[in-house]
Amino acid sequence: MTVLLEVRNLQKHFPVRGGLLRRIVAHVRAVDGVSFTLESGRTLGLVGESGCGKSTLGRAILQLQRPTGGEVVLEGTELTTLGPRRLLEMRREMQIIFQDPFASLSPRRTVAQTIREPLDVHGIGSASERDGKVEELLQVVGMRPQVMDRYPHEFSGGQRQRIGIARALALNPKLIVADEPVSALDVSVRAQVLNLIAKLQREHGIAFLFISHDLSVVEHVSDHVGVMYLGKLVEMAPAKEIYRDPRHPYTQALLSAVPSTSAARR
Amino acid sequence: MSGEPLLSVRDLVVEFSTERGVVRAVDRVSFDVHPNETVGLVGESGCGKTVTGLSILGLIPSPPGRIAAGSIRFQGRELVGLPESEFRRIRGQDIAMIFQEPMTALNPVFTVGNQMIDVLRRYRGLTRRQARGAAIELLAKVGIPAPEARIDEYPHQLSGGMRQRVVIAMALSCDPKLIVADEPTTALDVTTQAQVLEQMVILQREFHMAMILVTHDLGVVAETCHRAIVMYCGRIAEKAEIGPLFEHPRHPYTVGLLESIPRVGEHEKEDLAVIPGMVPDLLHLPPGCRFADRCRRRQPRCDEALPELDGREDDRSRVACYFPAEPPT
Repeated sequence: MTVLLEVRNLQKHFPVRGGLLRRIVAHVRAVDGVSFTLESGRTLGLVGESGCGKSTLGRAILQLQRPTGGEVVLEGTELTTLGPRRLLEMRREMQIIFQDPFASLSPRRTVAQTIREPLDVHGIGSASERDGKVEELLQVVGMRPQVMDRYPHEFSGGQRQRIGIARALALNPKLIVADEPVSALDVSVRAQVLNLIAKLQREHGIAFLFISHDLSVVEHVSDHVGVMYLGKLVEMAPAKEIYRDPRHPYTQALLSAVPSTSAARR
Repeated sequence: MSGEPLLSVRDLVVEFSTERGVVRAVDRVSFDVHPNETVGLVGESGCGKTVTGLSILGLIPSPPGRIAAGSIRFQGRELVGLPESEFRRIRGQDIAMIFQEPMTALNPVFTVGNQMIDVLRRYRGLTRRQARGAAIELLAKVGIPAPEARIDEYPHQLSGGMRQRVVIAMALSCDPKLIVADEPTTALDVTTQAQVLEQMVILQREFHMAMILVTHDLGVVAETCHRAIVMYCGRIAEKAEIGPLFEHPRHPYTVGLLESIPRVGEHEKEDLAVIPGMVPDLLHLPPGCRFADRCRRRQPRCDEALPELDGREDDRSRVACYFPAEPPT
């Protein structure tokens, strides 16, 4: 397996301003020295509770928020020092899926416009080729091409998330950061979307950074799992091992807190 | 369960008028809640669980909503059609509600103490000093550390978990007989959720309350409830004690839900079992079983008429399905 992504000592600090002159009085270390590697076609699950820095880490890797320090190497290219033009080129390789399928789609664009946008931005193919690609992408995510001219409000949460996934796939990326992609979905729909993500990975060899607070979902989709706490990775191990034999006390606490249906422990 | 039920809901129908027509959010729902027991109302978005909970407190916004039929009896007294002034006396004192987002229940411009003392003075007739003491005691009961200091803080100074504990303390302040908790821990992190749920179970026993826990999370139900009611599209699909429900679910919807949840400690990177399709539009419901077109046990009869719950109210397990999974004998 080849290494697709290498993150070295990544940091993202946010200034805290205070006093009369709004001077910077402190820094919040949202991501505080995180390092890991991700092989192509694999999934790294990132778990942690609110405020642990997992979403900021995802965004800092994609350079949606420029890191304060450290390096992000995608296919041999170091991203943190790239200028806007080179970065735009690299964005073809890396995409994001957001949590809230209601907020992440523009209500004024049709499904086709939404999915086409990355193709337009990067000037890929002729107009008719782009339309053909949109149709193909809709089929890949399990939607009928007839929905192309409809607007997001006409769809359920699960369908909207499929549209968001189709858009992320448009440029054939090698890496997708999925930030809580199923947290807003109902249980029965969640399984459909998780299976779709697994299928895409099998068929297209995409690597996923799968961010979630839900340990059971992360275990299901991931090859490796990283546990974040206060901006740091406190434990990282193959998914099987971390659940069978968690070593960090925080991981143990997280695991024991998950409400379980196999309980009926009472 | 034996004895008189505390709450008895019979054939409850709640309708909302929308621009597109009248939606029946709850359709002939019946259940009992006995003293000291926790009943889970579980289902996915739009199944009617929250509306059922709100009906019990007379909190259905009207218009557009209305209780179109049925009866809700609390300690033998009919609540449907009760005038607002009467309902106010019941709310808080006899039946309290806890919502998902604690800030909706807390006033941001008053300290925790002020809000609690107000309630305690009005409903329990305490003096200011007594009420402050009682408030501190309640805050300690719900697991807030250093309550004598916390009582003078404002809600924004507390974390989400602490806020929800304050809301629980307020709900307890009038010694209610029934608490309706609507997704009380959904907005909390998993470790905080575990603490708050554990506290709620302890308090429920200590205060001899009954509780209705409205949630989408079957794991939460399994760990906290005695019985659960699984709702789908405004109807009760299955109603059972926790043991039978999770060991031998009978309704194909319950079976599907349980199978589609990935379980911690069973790492398999295989496809999850899926319930195909989507929840039908409440405005265009089929005449037969509402789950039929997603169901693997579907037969012609399922499309003809709505199945009703089998058995009797005090059975351990009841299901509204013509072809349920039968428990092994």
